[in-house]
Parts: sequence; structure tokens; C-alpha cells
Amino acid sequence: MADVSLRKVVKKYDDVEAVRGIDLEIPDKEFVVLVGPSGCGKSTTLRMIAGLEEISGGEIAIGGHIVNDVPPKDRDIAMVFQNYALYPHMTVFENMSFGLRLRRMPKAEIKERVEQAAKILGITELLERRPKQLSGGQRQRVAMGRSIVRNPKVFLFDEPLSNLDAKLRVQMRTEIKRVHQHVKTTTVYVTHDQVEAMTLADRVVVMNEGRIEQIGAPNELYHSPKTQFVAGFIGSPAMNIMPCRLEQNGVGLTVRLTDALTFRVPESRSARYRSHVGKQLLFGLRPEHITDAREYGSAGERQNFPATLDVVEPMGMETMVYFAINGKEVCGRVDPARSGGPGEKVQLQADLAHMQLIDPQSGAVL
Amino acid sequence: MVTIRQTLHLGGDQAAAAKAPSLQRWMRRRSTVAFLMCLPLILIIAGLVIYPAIYAIYLSMLNKAQTKFVGLGNFSFLLRRDVFQMVVWQSTIFAVSAVFFKALIGLITAHLVNNLPAKGQRKWRGMLLVPWVMPPALSTLCWWWLFDPTHSAFNWMLEGMGLSEIPWLSNPYWARFCVILVNVWYGAPFFLIMYLAALKSVPDQLYEAAAIDGANAWQKFIYVTFPMMRNIIAITVLFSLIVTFANFDIVQVLTAGNPRNLTHVFATYAFVLGIRSGDIPLGAATSLFMFPILAVSAVFILRGVRRRGREIG
Amino acid sequence: MTSIAASGTASFHARAYGSLKRNRRWALILSYVFLIMFAIFFLTPPYYMIVTALKSNEEVAHMAHNPWFIYDGVTFEHFVNLMTKSDFPIYFRNTVIVTVCTVAITMVVSVLAAFSLSRMKFWGSGMLATGIFLTYLIPESLLFIPLFQIVRGLGLLNSYWGMVLVYPTLTVPFCTWIMIGYFGSIPKELDEAAVIDGASHMQMLLRIFIPVALPGIIAATIFAFTVSWADFVYPMAFLYSSDQQVLTVGTVTSLIRADVYQWGLLMAGALIAAAPPLLIYAFLMDYYIAGLTAGATKG
Repeated sequence: MADVSLRKVVKKYDDVEAVRGIDLEIPDKEFVVLVGPSGCGKSTTLRMIAGLEEISGGEIAIGGHIVNDVPPKDRDIAMVFQNYALYPHMTVFENMSFGLRLRRMPKAEIKERVEQAAKILGITELLERRPKQLSGGQRQRVAMGRSIVRNPKVFLFDEPLSNLDAKLRVQMRTEIKRVHQHVKTTTVYVTHDQVEAMTLADRVVVMNEGRIEQIGAPNELYHSPKTQFVAGFIGSPAMNIMPCRLEQNGVGLTVRLTDALTFRVPESRSARYRSHVGKQLLFGLRPEHITDAREYGSAGERQNFPATLDVVEPMGMETMVYFAINGKEVCGRVDPARSGGPGEKVQLQADLAHMQLIDPQSGAVL
Repeated sequence: MVTIRQTLHLGGDQAAAAKAPSLQRWMRRRSTVAFLMCLPLILIIAGLVIYPAIYAIYLSMLNKAQTKFVGLGNFSFLLRRDVFQMVVWQSTIFAVSAVFFKALIGLITAHLVNNLPAKGQRKWRGMLLVPWVMPPALSTLCWWWLFDPTHSAFNWMLEGMGLSEIPWLSNPYWARFCVILVNVWYGAPFFLIMYLAALKSVPDQLYEAAAIDGANAWQKFIYVTFPMMRNIIAITVLFSLIVTFANFDIVQVLTAGNPRNLTHVFATYAFVLGIRSGDIPLGAATSLFMFPILAVSAVFILRGVRRRGREIG
Repeated sequence: MTSIAASGTASFHARAYGSLKRNRRWALILSYVFLIMFAIFFLTPPYYMIVTALKSNEEVAHMAHNPWFIYDGVTFEHFVNLMTKSDFPIYFRNTVIVTVCTVAITMVVSVLAAFSLSRMKFWGSGMLATGIFLTYLIPESLLFIPLFQIVRGLGLLNSYWGMVLVYPTLTVPFCTWIMIGYFGSIPKELDEAAVIDGASHMQMLLRIFIPVALPGIIAATIFAFTVSWADFVYPMAFLYSSDQQVLTVGTVTSLIRADVYQWGLLMAGALIAAAPPLLIYAFLMDYYIAGLTAGATKG
């Protein structure tokens, strides 16, 4: 059993709390990604799981055993560092076998394990080279190989792809996913890139300022964010968030963005908003749900509205358009064939089935 | 290579430049200026280091009155003398053991200081470097006083503990021990500073990876620290070998070669022969015996320094 | 804090490993213990120098008490005698003259050469830089015999100006080496900006370089000072009379009168003679250490 359990984990540096009480249960074989902006405490949490940082409060358990006082080498974990941390004076083979040699494993078994890991990662030809002679991507694979041969209970990844260029990052992302499907080991992965989080994770843990904002499957976080932070963090480009007023209009509810612009709240969502009528709230809609009016034609939840395009960014497959509502910049995504040019007045369409309303005081999504 | 300045000059002043004397133009050239800036250095080194070194070789092949050329006569004379054979033996033992202990103590203290919280490190480093800062001749004077036959403070402590006093500088074995001890005392701080800097250049993450791989403190040293420090250790050891081998101050002040010439090293013996007895050629020959060791060490140091440059660069 | 599932294995593991914090604390305590032992070893002679210098001659001679402490009262008579009844002040003056001149010569020569070798490539500059390093490895105990002849030939034997002549051989190579390292780490773009702004090489050196490279220059100056102040071989071999002698040799040999070692006086002399380098070290420790490490690690 290799589940990881964090209960009320706290980390203090002098008087500053970097991690403020984390509760997280990671079942065996799950790939969990801790994601959040710099300084949110995700790396600190990972290092506490590894044993590289002392735990100020709470407990961490691996495979059912509390490991608060257990040194890293006895926790049966393996870690891949952002800077690879390969031993520069050892060959790739020696790097990968170091942990096994320390445990005095028989040579034949070491050889077998290393060669198998090398095959999985495609680095068999590199076994006799030194880190200096390898490219960034190759070094990262060696670092992963070093972790795989140990057959640990948990894999820990500390922003492993941050040092690679964009193209390589995409490649390695797929590698990591493939390896996880192969070795089926519990994995805790830290990154600040939400695209990595969405593509790799079974479940995503969004962290901010030392606390967990939300835990859930990628789709859940995308469609049902619970806090303003999560709504704005997940999804690229970020969700459009602007102030509005929730009003009653006969039987239905409307959202008033400006004097001229209001949206009808769809039936499906009216129920949960009723108690907040009359309040100043925040309206959220993702760019992918703002399209050109001609794309879909009108159907119940989609509503058209006029806009003057400010900036138009052709991306090839789609075109991002930027316009202003009440002075705030809003982003929409249109089909390149139907896009207008900058300065043009166009009719855009908002798919309100995906709207979100946020309480500005609590930051909670309603 | 035409500099921007020259281009501008040529553009504006073509007529005048054509007439400028070639000496002036040569003086303005970059490479000439560079060479001239090095000239004082070259003169000092050529005149006061290289020339004397070669002159020493010439001198060593003259007779005492410096009237006749005797080839390798001085060298064979020295090699046949008992005292000189002792000198060779002594200098080697002295250098090898002193350097070994200096490096060892330097390595240990560097690790100890590195373990401390950052604020305290500076304080301790400051305290432990003091022996290196004091002029060796003067601090050796204090050691002489500590070893004084009648007044030795060490002997006072030994007698207090019920042990007999030790003839520090009058017994040849103890005298050698004292010479090595003072040399280690003086030189270890240098190794401490060097190794402390080297320790700090090893990235923390390597130790973390090793910790996760299962290494304990000793294994971390053997597999991570030592390999990364191998080059600086080699450079400092070789460098110290040269310096210790050629040491004069400590032996001269502490024992002046005594008792019975049994603590002489090359430098002090050359001094006795060359300056005190006035036999310059013989003194020169004595010093020159150091040359092979120096040359070999220098070659290895240079290789080490080059390799380190490649590693870092 | 409750442990999960209260299984026997869970609490066994916790007990077997103990607190990480506690282990780390023990390691720290042990480090301090050993460090204190080393500190005692390294600081015993300076301490004993101070104690002896402040003791009366009677207490020194009669050894009635623990020699590590002062029992019969602190006295400054040795320092007074040093300044009034011995040649010490002359040695001090000579040493200051020699050191100041040597440092001046060294810095001018080294800065010029280092600038040239690190920024301006010319034929043979690489070889020269290596050559400088190699000459540093030729010890003074090899050179002092031929230099004796040479200095005698120049009529500078038994004159402290002879020291000013030979001391730069000890300081210039290493100082140049240090500064090549420092100058080399200053980006070349500074040069180019200065040339475009219209500066000559001399102007670039004086107005841009030296201010930026000041830490290296300070470190090299400290090194040159310490080496000149402390040298023993050359004055021992080349200087005879008291009025030309420098501190190191003077304190060790000439303060002895008629074979009676006045240790209080000697230690006072040694203390004052060792003071300037120690003071510089105390106030400029970081530059001092930077100079040391720059040579070996940058090279």
C-alpha cells in the first residue's frame, strides 16, 4: 500500500507560516499535481513529504506509517529535482544505480533494473556518458530513471520541466504520463504551470498562500471552480471576471454588467443564485465561451451582444479577440474565418450555460 | 586590427595621419600599449626571478672562491656528506607529514564550520584563520618560548599532571615533531579557507538527492563531496608541498637546524653554507636540490588548474 | 497527535528513528565541541604572547605560578622598554618604509599587467599569464643565494632599499594573478561602452575599471602588505646592522642581549610586530579571505 496522507500539516519558518494546515489524502497509484503561483507552499509541502524539510505541525503518513521523524532514505520515496541534481562525476549508469549500490543490492539485479528503466525512458545508449555530455531533456530522463530503478512507494517531482524549452516540455509531459501508466506508482507532482497540471493529473490540488483552494479532477476544476482564485488560475487564457449586479426581472434573473449590457441567467443556474438577488457580484465567463454570433446561431442559453474589437490575435486554429466592457478588457475566442479586424464592431455570443458568479467578499463561487 | 578610434581619425584627418611618424602610430596600437603595460612585470620577473634562478645554476658549478668552474663537483660533495643526506630525508618527511596533517585538519575544520548556522560561520572562520595572518617568524618565536627548556608552559602542565617534562627542542625526535607541529599550526587555516569555499560550491540539491538515494553522512562525503573537491584538494596539496618543502622561517627560528644539524631543511642548510660560511656556490647547490620536486609539483598543479578551469567554464 | 491505525509497526518505526531535530542538535553540539578544541589549538600562541608581554620579568623568570595566567600584576614595562631602550622603533620605521614602497610598486605593476593580460590580448599574453603563475612557485629559499650576489654587486647589501628591490618578486606574481581573475570577471561590454564614449585606454582604466575592480585591488593590496611585512628570508640574508634591519628579523635576533632571553620584552616586540597584519585582518577580513581564495579558485 503506498497511499500518502497529510493531516493538518503546517510549516513555519521563524514566525512566517509557509504552509497553513493542509489536509490531503492520496490513494495508492494516483497521480496528484500540486499547482499554484510562486510562494504558495507547494514545493515546501513536497519537500516535507520527502523529508527534506522538517514538519512544524501535523503529520504525514506514507503507506500507513507516520513518517514525521523518518529520514528521507527510509521513507522509500524517490524525487526528481528541477535542476536534475545528477552526480557530475558519475556516468549515467552510476547515477541511476547509486541508490541501489548504497543498499548493497547484488550487481546482477542492479544491472537488470537499470537497463529496464533505461529502456522505458529510451536512454539505453547514454548509459556510459556523463551528465555534462547530455542535453537538458536527456538529463531529465536520467533523473527520472534514477527514481524508477528504486521502485519506490511514491514518486515526487519538483517542477521537473521548468528548465526545459517549450517544445521539449510538451514532449516530456507525454513521457511522464506514459511512464506513470507503465509503473503505476503513487506520484506527487509540483508545478506552477496549470497546463501541466491539467494534462498530467488524476487529481489537481490548487494551492494559494499556504492553503489548499480546491482539490478535484481537472475537469471538475475547470467546470466547477469553488473559489475565485481557482476560477482565475485554471484555464488558459484566464477566465474573464468582471463586476456585475444580480437583478430580478420578472420570473427570471438577469446579470447587469453595464447600463447597456445585461444577460439573462439560464434556468439551469437560476436556482442557486436566487438568494443573492440585488447584490454586487463578480461575473465569470471563460474566453472559449465567448464566440462570434454567427458560429452557433441562437439557442436558449447563448445570448448575443455587441462589442468593438480592440486587439485581434490570430493563433492559427483560433483567433483571440480583446474588447472592453465597462473599461475592463475581456477576451473571447472566435473562429478565424469569422473574425473581424481591430476597431470593428461585431456581434459576439456568450454561452451562459457556463457562467459563474462569485461573491467578491468571500471569493467563493456560487 | 583597427580600432574605432583609428577609423575616426583616419576619416577626419587623412592628410595629417599620412604624415604622422610611424613611431607614434606604433605607440597607439592596442597590442603595443598592452605589451608596454606588462613591461614592468616582465622586467621584475626576468631580472629578479628568472635570471637569479639561472644564475644559481651557474653559481652552483663554481668553487668556493668563485674562480674556477667545477661542474657537478658541489653536488657530489653534498651527496656524500651525512648531514646533507639527513637534510634530504628531513625535508621530505617534514614536507609530506606537515602537508598531510594540514590538509586533514583543514578538511575537518571546513566541514565543522560549514555545519554551523550561517551567522556563526564568519566568526569562527575569523578566529581560526589567525595563525595564518601572523608573520610566521614571530609566531614561531612564541612557540620557541612555549618549548623553552627551563620555562616551557607545556612542561609546566605535564608536571602538573604528574608526567615528566619533555626536551622539546633538544631531543632530535621531539624537535622534528615541534617543527612539524608549528608548520601545521601555521598552514592549516589556509586549507580551512580553501576547503570551506570549495564545500560551499557543491550544490545543495546533490546532497538532497543523495539523502533520498539513501546515503548517510559518511557516504555523502565519499560519493558527493570528495569527488567534487578532488581538484581543489590536489591543487592545494601540491601548492603546500612546494611551500613547505622550501620553508625557512619556522625551522630557522625554532631550531636553526639543531640539535646537531638534525632538523635542517634545504633552506636553512643553504643559509648556513651560503651566507654564514660564505660558500655561495655550495649554498646555491643545496637550494637547487629542491628544484626537481618543485618542477614536478608545478607541472601537476598547472594541469589541475587547467582542468578545474575547464570544469567550471 | 494520534498515530494512524495504532498499528504496532507504526509506533515501532517512530521509536526506531527518533527525532530528526534531536539528531541535528547533537551533531551541532559535537561540531562546537571540536571547533572549540581547534580554536584553543590555534589561539594558544597569540594568547600566550599577550600574557607574557604583560608579565613582569620576575614572574616570568621564577615560574612560581601557572604560566598561563598573570599573578603578580599586569605591567607595561616591556612595551616601554621596547620603545625607549631598544632598536625596536628603528626596525618598525624601516619595515614601514620598505612595506609602503613595496606595496606601491607592486600595485602599480600588477594593476597595469593584470589589466593588459585580462582585457587586451596580444601575442604571448596567455603564455605570460601562465608564466607568472609558475614563477610564483619558485621559492625565495632558492633565489636568496644568487640574489645575495646580485644585491651585493649592486651595492645594496645591508640596506633596506635592497629589500624594496627584491620584495616585489614575492608579491607581484600573486597580486597580478588575483587581479587577472577580478578584471576578467568584469563584462567586456563595459570596455566597449567606454571606447564608444571616447575614452582612451588609460582613461578607461582609471575611471571605470579601477572603481569597479576595487574589491580585488583591496584584496591584492592587503596581500602585498602582509607578505612584505612578514618576510624573513631576505632580511635575514641581506641585512646585518641594526639601523637597516626590519621587524621580523630584528625581533627574533637582536632583542637578545648577552644570551639572556628577556622573554617579556621579546613577546611584547613580537606582539607589536605582528599587530599591523592582524589589525588589517580584523577590519578587512572579507577582502583578506577573498584575496586568498581568488588565487586558487579563479585560477
